[in-house]
Formats: sequence, C-alpha cells, structure tokens
Amino acid sequence: METLPATWDMYDLFQSFLRTPTYHLIVEVCLVLLIIKLIFSKSYKPEKTVLSEKEKDELIAEWTPEPLVPDIPEDHPIIKLMEKNIVTGPPGKYINIRNKSCINMATMNFLGMISNKTIEEEAVRCIKKYGVGSCGPRGFYGTMDVHLELESHLAKFMNCEEAIIYSYGFATISSAIPAYSKRGDIIYCDEGVSFAIQKGLAASRSEIRFFKHNDTEDLERLLIEQQQKDKKNPKKAKVTRRFIVIEGLYLNYGDICPLPKIVELKWKYKVRIFMEESFSFGVLGSSGKGVTEYYGIDIDEIDLIAASLENAISSIGGFCVGKKYVIDHQRLSGLGYCFSASQPPLLAAAATQALGILEKDPGLVTQLKENCLRVHEGLNKIEGVQIVGLPFSPVKHIRLVEPSDDRDLDIQTLELVADRSIENGVACTVARYLEKEEKFLPPPSIRIAVNCQLNSTEIDRVVTVLNDSFNQVFSL
Amino acid sequence: MIGRGELNLLKMENSTKFNQEYYDRNVNNNITKVHKNGHKNGVNGKNGNGHIQDDWKKDFHESFEETPLVAAILTYLCYFVMVVIGYIRENFRYYGLEEDKTISEPKLEGFVPLYQSWESFYTRNMYRRVRDCWNRPIASKAGPYIDVLERKSEDHNWHLDITGKKLNVMNLGSYNYLGFSENTGACATSSIDSVSQAGVGVCSTRQEYGYSNIHKELDTVTAEFLGVEAAITFPMGFATNSMNLPCFMQKGCLLLSDELNHASLVLGSRLTGATIRVFKHNNIKDLEKKLKTAIIEGQPRTHRAWKKILIVVEGVYSMEGSIVRLPEILELKKKYKAYVYLDEAHSIGALGPHGRGVTDYFGINPKEIDIMMGTFTKSFGAAGGYIGGSKTLINYLKANSHSAVYSCSMSPPVAKQVITSMKIIMGQMNGNDGLRRIRQLAWNTRYIRRRLQEMGFIVYGNKDSPVVPVLIYYPTKVVALSRKCLAEGLGIVVVGFPATPIIESRARLCLSASHTPEMLDKTLELFDKFGTELKLKYSKKSRIADYREDDSILIS
Repeated sequence: METLPATWDMYDLFQSFLRTPTYHLIVEVCLVLLIIKLIFSKSYKPEKTVLSEKEKDELIAEWTPEPLVPDIPEDHPIIKLMEKNIVTGPPGKYINIRNKSCINMATMNFLGMISNKTIEEEAVRCIKKYGVGSCGPRGFYGTMDVHLELESHLAKFMNCEEAIIYSYGFATISSAIPAYSKRGDIIYCDEGVSFAIQKGLAASRSEIRFFKHNDTEDLERLLIEQQQKDKKNPKKAKVTRRFIVIEGLYLNYGDICPLPKIVELKWKYKVRIFMEESFSFGVLGSSGKGVTEYYGIDIDEIDLIAASLENAISSIGGFCVGKKYVIDHQRLSGLGYCFSASQPPLLAAAATQALGILEKDPGLVTQLKENCLRVHEGLNKIEGVQIVGLPFSPVKHIRLVEPSDDRDLDIQTLELVADRSIENGVACTVARYLEKEEKFLPPPSIRIAVNCQLNSTEIDRVVTVLNDSFNQVFSL
Repeated sequence: MIGRGELNLLKMENSTKFNQEYYDRNVNNNITKVHKNGHKNGVNGKNGNGHIQDDWKKDFHESFEETPLVAAILTYLCYFVMVVIGYIRENFRYYGLEEDKTISEPKLEGFVPLYQSWESFYTRNMYRRVRDCWNRPIASKAGPYIDVLERKSEDHNWHLDITGKKLNVMNLGSYNYLGFSENTGACATSSIDSVSQAGVGVCSTRQEYGYSNIHKELDTVTAEFLGVEAAITFPMGFATNSMNLPCFMQKGCLLLSDELNHASLVLGSRLTGATIRVFKHNNIKDLEKKLKTAIIEGQPRTHRAWKKILIVVEGVYSMEGSIVRLPEILELKKKYKAYVYLDEAHSIGALGPHGRGVTDYFGINPKEIDIMMGTFTKSFGAAGGYIGGSKTLINYLKANSHSAVYSCSMSPPVAKQVITSMKIIMGQMNGNDGLRRIRQLAWNTRYIRRRLQEMGFIVYGNKDSPVVPVLIYYPTKVVALSRKCLAEGLGIVVVGFPATPIIESRARLCLSASHTPEMLDKTLELFDKFGTELKLKYSKKSRIADYREDDSILIS
C-alpha cells in the first residue's frame, strides 16, 4: 500500500497523476462535469400561483357556505309526534300521554323501579343532604360518598374487583372503548351493536371489522384471516391489541350473544372481550347479573362489562366492571369520566337503592321473565307481523311480515298502529334510528318493552289492543 | 423587551401611542412566537390593549406572565429528578429488590398486553405519590363548606384508606359559581316535589317517551334565559358537546378550534369527520390568518370550497381563566361568513351583569351566535347541558341529535333544579336574590384577584373570570400547597402536567357567590402565609391592580 511520503510536493503529485489509469481519469472528469451542470442548471420549480390581495378578497367575497343545518319544517313528523306524545307524571307501569293513562309498553322500566317509594324517599333524602348537582368532576371535589358506595355495591353485586360509574349511559361504553383501543389496534364488532358502541368505535380510531350479527363463524373467519396476516408480520402482531365488542342483549334484535362460543374464540385467538350489558343487566340470569350468569360463565372471562343504569335500574348513568387493573385505567383515561361532572348524588343513591331492591328480591327477575314469555306468546298470534327477539327477552320488535320497498311507508304504517294503540290505552313506540348514521340499519319495527309489574289481564289487554290496531291499519 | 414596571407605568399614563407601538412590536409577533398557552412569553400585561380602542377593550383586563426563568429551569430539573428516581425504582421492582405494589396485568400467554409498560410510568412513579391531592371524597353538598373525608395511606399512597374522620373545610374548588348547590331553599324544595310528581328516572329517549312536560318547560325557560328562539337540553354536559357537534359538521367542513378547548369539544370535533385546525388561544390574528387561508385555498388537495366553517370557542377557559374575545370573533364571523359555536360551560350564570354569560358581558345580542352551548353543572348546581339557537337549528337537533334518538333524557328533579335556579337568576322568583348572587360573585372575583395580585402571586386570566388560576410552577410546591391548605381548612384544586404545560402547574380557585368576605379573607391569609413559606410570590408585575371590586354594587 502506498502511503503519503513525508515530503509531499508538486512533483510527487504529478508523478502519481501520471500513474493513474486512464479510465479513472475519465470517470473523474465526468463527475466534475456533472456537478458543474447540477450547480448551474435551473432547478425545477412548479409554477406557483400567487394571488393578489384583490383576488383573495374576491375569493372570500364569493365563498358562500352551506346553511348550518338543513331547514326542518315546524311540522316535521317526529317533532309533531314529540309534542303530541308529551308525558306527564312518572313513566311507570302506566304512563300519561295525551291526558290518558296508558299501559306502558315503551320505556325500559323492566323491573318497575320507577315510582318505587323507597327509591323516591332515598332520592329526597339525598337532595336534603347533598343538594342536586355535584358541581365538579370526580377529581375536584365531585366524588361523594354515595358514588363510592354505588361503585363498591356494583362491584360486589357483579362479583368483580372494581366498578367505575359514569354520569350518562351513552358516555359509558363510548368512553370505555377508546380508553383501551387505540390507533392500530383491531376491534371485531357485531353488526347489531347499539349507537353508543358505534360512537366509541369511531372515537378509538382503531381498525374496525364487523362480523354478521351473532354469527360466530363469520367472526372466526375474520380471526383466521388476521392470524394469517400476523404470520406475515409478526412484529406488528406483537403490539396490536385485539378486542371483540358485543352486546349482552341486543336492543335492536332482542336476542342474546352466543357468549360461550365467543369466550372459546377469545382463548383460541387471544382476543379480549368487551361486553355491553345495558339491556341484560338486571334482566338475565337468576338474580339479574346478566348474560354471564345466564350462561353460567365465570365473569372473569369477560375483560370488561359496561352497562347503563338507565334501564332496569331506572336511574341515569352507567358503569363498567372488571378486574382492578382494567377498570382503574379509566379513572385517568376515560374521557367521559375525567372531564365530566360526576353523577348527581341523588341519582347515584337511587341506583344504589334499586340495586339493593334487586338483590333482596330476585323474584322481580323471574316475574319479568314470565311476563316476557306471556307477552311473546300473545303477540305471536297477531297476523301479518313477526316478533323478533327471544321469548324471554324484555325487548321485542314487531316487524311487518311483508315489508314494502319503501322504508318510510312501512314506518308510516307502524306509526299508525302505535297511534291507534295509544288511543286505546297501550303506549308503544316505533323504534327510532338515525337512518343516515347507522352502520347497519335494522328494519322498521314497533319496539315493545316489558315490565315485570304487569299482570295477566294487562298483558291480555295489550295483546288485544295491538292486535286490533294492526288489523285496523292493515284493513285501511 | 419592555420591563413589566415600565409597561404598567405607561399604562397608567394611558398612552395610546405607546400601546400602539407595544402592540405592533409584541402582539403582532404573536403569530410566529407564541407561548404554548396562547400568550406570548415575556410580555403580556393586558391582552386588551389593542390598537382599536373600543369600549369593551378598555375594560378587558387579562393578565398573563412569563414563567420566571429560574422557576422554569428548576421545574424541569424537578421532573428530571423524578423521572430518574422513578426509573431506578422501576428497575428495583423489576429485579425484585423492592416490593411491587402495582396492580399490574397478569401475564396471559399469547395476549398482547393491554397497556405498554411505559404507559403508566408517570402514573406509577409520580402521580401515585401525590394522588391524595385529587379525587378527595366529600360527604356533603358542594357548598361554601364541604366535609372532606380524610384519607390515610400507610404505604406512600399505593393505597388510600378512608379513616372515617370528616374535615370541614372551605370549598374553593367546586364550580358552584352562583351558590346554587344548596340542600335547602327554593331549588331543593322544587326538586323534592318533582320526585313524587315525575319520578327519578326516565328510561326512555326524547323521541320516544322521554319527553315530559318538565323537559318542555326546561327547554322554554332555557331559551328565555339565553335570549334565543329555542333551546334543547341534555342530561350530561360532556355529551352535549361530543354528541351534538357531529350533527352540524361533516366531511368537507372545517372546524377552527381554540387550542385550549375542553376535551368534550375535542372529542366531538373528532367524531364529526370534518377537518380540524387549531388556532392559538384567544389569538384573533392567528384565527383570521387561518380563516383567510382556508377560504382562499379551499380543501386540501382538491381545492374544493369548504362546505361550511365553524369556529369553536369557549366563554371562559377553565384552566386559564381567560374570557373569549367575542366581539372580535363576531367581526371575523361576519367578514368571513363562518359560524360560531360558543361553549359557555363556565361562563353562563357567572358572567355579565344579568348572569347571562359572555354575550351579556360584552353586551352582544345572543342571536348573533349560531350555536350557544352551555352546561347546568356549574352555575345552576344541577347537571346536564343545553344548546340554544334559532328555531331551525333546534328543530334539526330534536330530529337528529344522537342524544334525542338514542339516550335517556334528563332526570326530573335535576331539570327542576335548573328551572328554579334560572327563574331566580332572571328575577322571576325570590325577589332580587338572583341579582344579589351575580353581584356578590363579581365582587368576590375581583376582590380575590386584586388581593392576590397585590400579594405578588402570578394570577392568570381576566379580572372578571371566577376561575382564578394561581401559578405555582413546581410540581412539588403544588402538592405542598394543596396539603397545607387542606390541613388548615381550605379545599383548593391544583393542576399539573399533563393537564397544563409541564412548567405551568397551578392552583385554581373557583369563586362562588356563597363565599362570605370573611371566608375570602381567611383564604387570602392562608395564601399569604403559604406563599411566603413556599416562595410562591413570583410576580415581577406591578402590584397595583387597575380594577376594583367596588364596581360591583352589593345587594344585602
């Protein structure tokens, strides 16, 4: 190897120059030329349009925004109906609409907790002690002893380590999902899930894969698909969390999720389960603990259970239960928990009281089940409609057997039926959806909610009235 | 850079010329050199000293002050030490040298962990040590005095146990602005009556059978209170934002959102699917620049014109205590044909000579604002939220709001509390009790702000904002102050990172009309004492406040 000599001068330089091979020189010269060309050539600039101030002003003046909201006429059918069906008094077993007392087959007061005297007394006691509002989020003096009591009571009732309460049912699951599932994670979700879950999914920004309603084969197909993708990219698979999001009892279908099979898939494909039990809590299982109790599945198999307190418990709010390490995370990451005022103490106390009643008297749940079966049997006799939902489900949908192609027309038909039955003393409602926003819009239906306090004469009356109303409308 | 003293001296001379210079030199630079919190580092003084000397600007005093350099450096150092110690102890725990008291996730073979291990590093190592300063349970109404349940920990806050002892402390933490968090009086009585009349729960949505005469009354009273054509109400304030913003904006629309907007607005904006651009806090120049470019350039890539543009602002910002520069925003609204969404969570009831919020404060017709949103949690001592606006807007919401279709409507006793408190504020009930509360709150606010400034604390925000943030900077001092105050019978709220920028931890006082002058004096005395003890009086600004509480004439 040649090293630089100590006395390096022009002569040596010239000598080494002469010794270099010709091709080397040619390459060097070419490189130098190229650099010179690059330096002096004009760089490419896309033509930039510079607008003058005048042009800018013109653009601003020309721009006309769309109206903030589309014009809704004052006599929009929904608004008209809302004003017509204004409720007075407590919406208990009987509900006062149009100055008429109707049997209530529309509100989710499954266990008859509304107008329960002990609950009302408890609420009054609470107002006398705490006032109405809590005036702060949980973090800043908004945690009252009644909240802690409700949380521990819920955890005990559900045999879970920890419970967390939210001040609104809708905010519960829609805050819980994005607390865990982030961008890049995968959520497998049933097509039949409620709107609150759909909003939670959107807020999480995760990858959402819908499987057909209650179709575990379809779910497994998606899971296998993912397994194959994972094999190709194991690095990514290692950090991608996966969740199955299901409902216990589907509001939109009145049926129950096939939990045993889903739990099996959970362990087979290593996916966590989040279950929303708004309509099964207090309804299913021998003591009203929900779907897990119904199937006899250990509650620890489900990673997170969320439910609202607005149905069977008849208060306002929601809760999540699960293992401590799961639930505690929401205390700092659940948006609707951290950044919202806490639940008004009177509503928390009412919920605790209702939970106590349910605990003391599991007969309510049995009674509800009996009523559901009886209502189901009765409704099945009506001609021209089909009853969607399990016989023991307190939520049932009455759909037309032969729907027309026009959704609006069907809704109008059902609306007429509902209207007639109110006139005859039975309050029921057409299930309402935001048609443009639902991912998978269920067919139009009249939604029936069953109350455990109904006796057999009342149920017979309901069936007769509905039957007559349908017959009348069909014969129009 | 101009010294603070000099600035104030010149302010006293009321030199418009100087203000112009000052504005050009500093405020105009705001666009390029703005401090994270929306006020320029170094100089702030009064945000209101703009070149247009409108009437409202003469009375618009907002104070912000730069973090002192020493405090900033030491605060960073403080966090650095905590991180290092935390890291060392994490390792100790990992190798079993220290008992691991975290409730961590059990290892499940094959499952991807629910949390990344570093995710809760801050929670485990910093927040945990001081978590007794938050989530303090109380066993009373959130009135002027509260019963805080004492908590003790044997193991450095890994576990907090309620001892059963109740500490009766002054409450300067709850958002009880007008003092309606009461368990006796007209509001409580009407709520109690409504329990037997209408029950506690509703179990149905507004479009089905969850719309009762109480809700109708509430809607009407709210609209009357706000001075708008119509209003609709919801049972949760947070959800009012997050569930209704998507009704107004869709893909192809632009949302211009203040950088300090509340989490519910951020979530709601995200759910709309519209493009979101953030402007600097209360910075009209920046907003105008963004508005102008948006309209000129149209949507990104396609350059199609935006369908609509919505400016989303809050009335009073809950962490800064600043008041939105609404008149200027409305000028921009007119000039650029944008819509305005005003969240009055903290300002409704608490601001303005009639308690009607920020529009009342500036003397603006509320009908000029497209969407008036607010909550019932704060000034009205209830829970829930409302949206007010034109009839068309509200009809649209009645038919299309997520909340009206899919979730429960308000609990009757809660609704009744709102109705009664609104009627009191409007003067339709209890004589001039409403006005008394409004005036008292205004007096209390200015009094506390003036005195704190005189003591040398750095206080953020507008002179009329009942949210009073006092800057503490050091996370350690924040905790010390909170604990000392509680021990001496004063409940305050302290906030640190991540709710604030890392070097701007603060204590926050929320004033209420139910605070008596004696309580305020006691509070100030404690602040004075602890401020000296903990060296919290950082302000280099003049200690002479240029407003007085006497402007608010009290009614006894």
